[in-house]
Amino acid sequence: MGSDTLTGTRIRERRAGMGLRQADLARQVGISPSYLNLIEHNRRGIGGKLLIDISRVLGVEVAALTEGAEAALLEALRAAAARVEDAGAELDRAEELAGRFPGWARSVAALHDRISALEEAVDSLSDRLTHDPFLAESVHEILSTVTAIRSASSILAQTPDIEPEWRERFHGNIFRDSQRLSETSQALVAHFDRLSREETGFATAPDATAAFAEAHGYHFPALEAGGDPEPLIEAAPALDAPAAARMARGYLDRYAADARAVPLDRFEPAAERLGYDPARLAADFDTDLLTVFRRLASLPTREGRPEFGLVACDGSGTVTFRKPLPGFSLPRYGAACPLWPLYQALIRPTAPVRAVMETPDETRFLAYAMCQPVAPSGFGGPQVVEAGMLFLDAGEAAPAPGETVFAVGTSCRICPRADCVARREPSILREEF
Amino acid sequence: MGKHVLLIEDEPNIIEAIRFILERDGWTVSTHSDGADAVDIVDREGPDIVILDVMLPNRSGYDILRDLRAAEGTAALPVLLLTAKGQSRDREMAETYGASRFMTKPFSNQEVLDSVRDLVAS
Repeated sequence: MGSDTLTGTRIRERRAGMGLRQADLARQVGISPSYLNLIEHNRRGIGGKLLIDISRVLGVEVAALTEGAEAALLEALRAAAARVEDAGAELDRAEELAGRFPGWARSVAALHDRISALEEAVDSLSDRLTHDPFLAESVHEILSTVTAIRSASSILAQTPDIEPEWRERFHGNIFRDSQRLSETSQALVAHFDRLSREETGFATAPDATAAFAEAHGYHFPALEAGGDPEPLIEAAPALDAPAAARMARGYLDRYAADARAVPLDRFEPAAERLGYDPARLAADFDTDLLTVFRRLASLPTREGRPEFGLVACDGSGTVTFRKPLPGFSLPRYGAACPLWPLYQALIRPTAPVRAVMETPDETRFLAYAMCQPVAPSGFGGPQVVEAGMLFLDAGEAAPAPGETVFAVGTSCRICPRADCVARREPSILREEF
Repeated sequence: MGKHVLLIEDEPNIIEAIRFILERDGWTVSTHSDGADAVDIVDREGPDIVILDVMLPNRSGYDILRDLRAAEGTAALPVLLLTAKGQSRDREMAETYGASRFMTKPFSNQEVLDSVRDLVAS
């Protein structure tokens, strides 16, 4: 675990929470109040005996003061800075910003998320305008009809000696074309009305589904008990939009199928007995690895149970599901780190991958990844695959003999590894952040 | 008998209006509404100019134009391309495929008449 310059902030918050005066804490650990003040504002480093003494007085473990719970916030700040490179954000002071002005830091991160969501919505609307066949056909119909009306009316207006039968014919054409124009216009308005009902707000269907899963802690007791997904969808206002409801229904249907195939009452004790080893669990339940990954990632939180993150992608590498863990951020938008074992599995379908991932701040996660076919199309049909990566905090444990350690990041733009063989675009970060 | 315009367009009322203004200007106008056999019709009728809509049933006006430009007999035939799309990339496509002139709907009768006269005269 790398050093964390927010330790001072945590000391200050803990001390203030206990109602302990700065001078009193300083006296108890044998330093001057002014020196403690510098530590608390992250302007002086702290470690060794002094840190142990302070944690003892504050009644917390040392790790509680040093480990970075704000990693996700810092990641979000760096991603926000990457958005406007020319603005000259002091990237090396992101931790200081988060420590001294946590509210502002959270605001910047939230604005970055909001802007990303809006950009995605704009892209989606732009795609709709460009590729919607009904819109294209309607616009063509309107322009053709207007052309016919314009031509016929100008003939009538500019040809005083027109023969009566031609005049009658063009009058008839204009009448019929104007009716057609009216019907096409009404259909177009109805189409836009339908679109606006389908797209309430700016949350896209994947975003709404992800937020829904997160709000439930990725665990659904009703489905574990054999219940129907529909009441869960109806009770979620964020899933009002038909597209979001459809996507959430797909997610929950799969969850329910997994729960039927691998029932929780048998899975929980088996997982504990088999050391949460996905391969042994898959063999025990005679099921595939991706199902086990999903079951492990949806286990309810229990004391002493490892917490699992999960990310899935389709054959194009597009992330289709994400359950992050503290310290291992998953990009909400844009492409992820190509060195994730997830993608190593994707390029070698049906070959399981086990690896240790090390993030730029030297936190290690154990990852299991697998890619397998999801929609067999028969001989000659397109191969449709899905890949998944289950991961958990590896703690201080060294990699097993022969186990690969992947030096990974979140995505290139906010990754400091200058010499990465898989880098696809420059990073905005300096090496030493 | 005036020079021959072949109008390939599937919108009946546009056909009627264009036919009216061209015939009153002394042109002989024949029409066709299907993209599938449009190239054969051009070969058979040998018009002095073709007015060609882009969005036709069964075959795009761009494909028809490409075939016309590839054939020796019609490589230099004046073709006035009509389209409902006026974006720059549509204009570029029209040039790429070899349109003599490109006109977006809704156009005026006078524009069509002037274009036909210019293209045949040149």
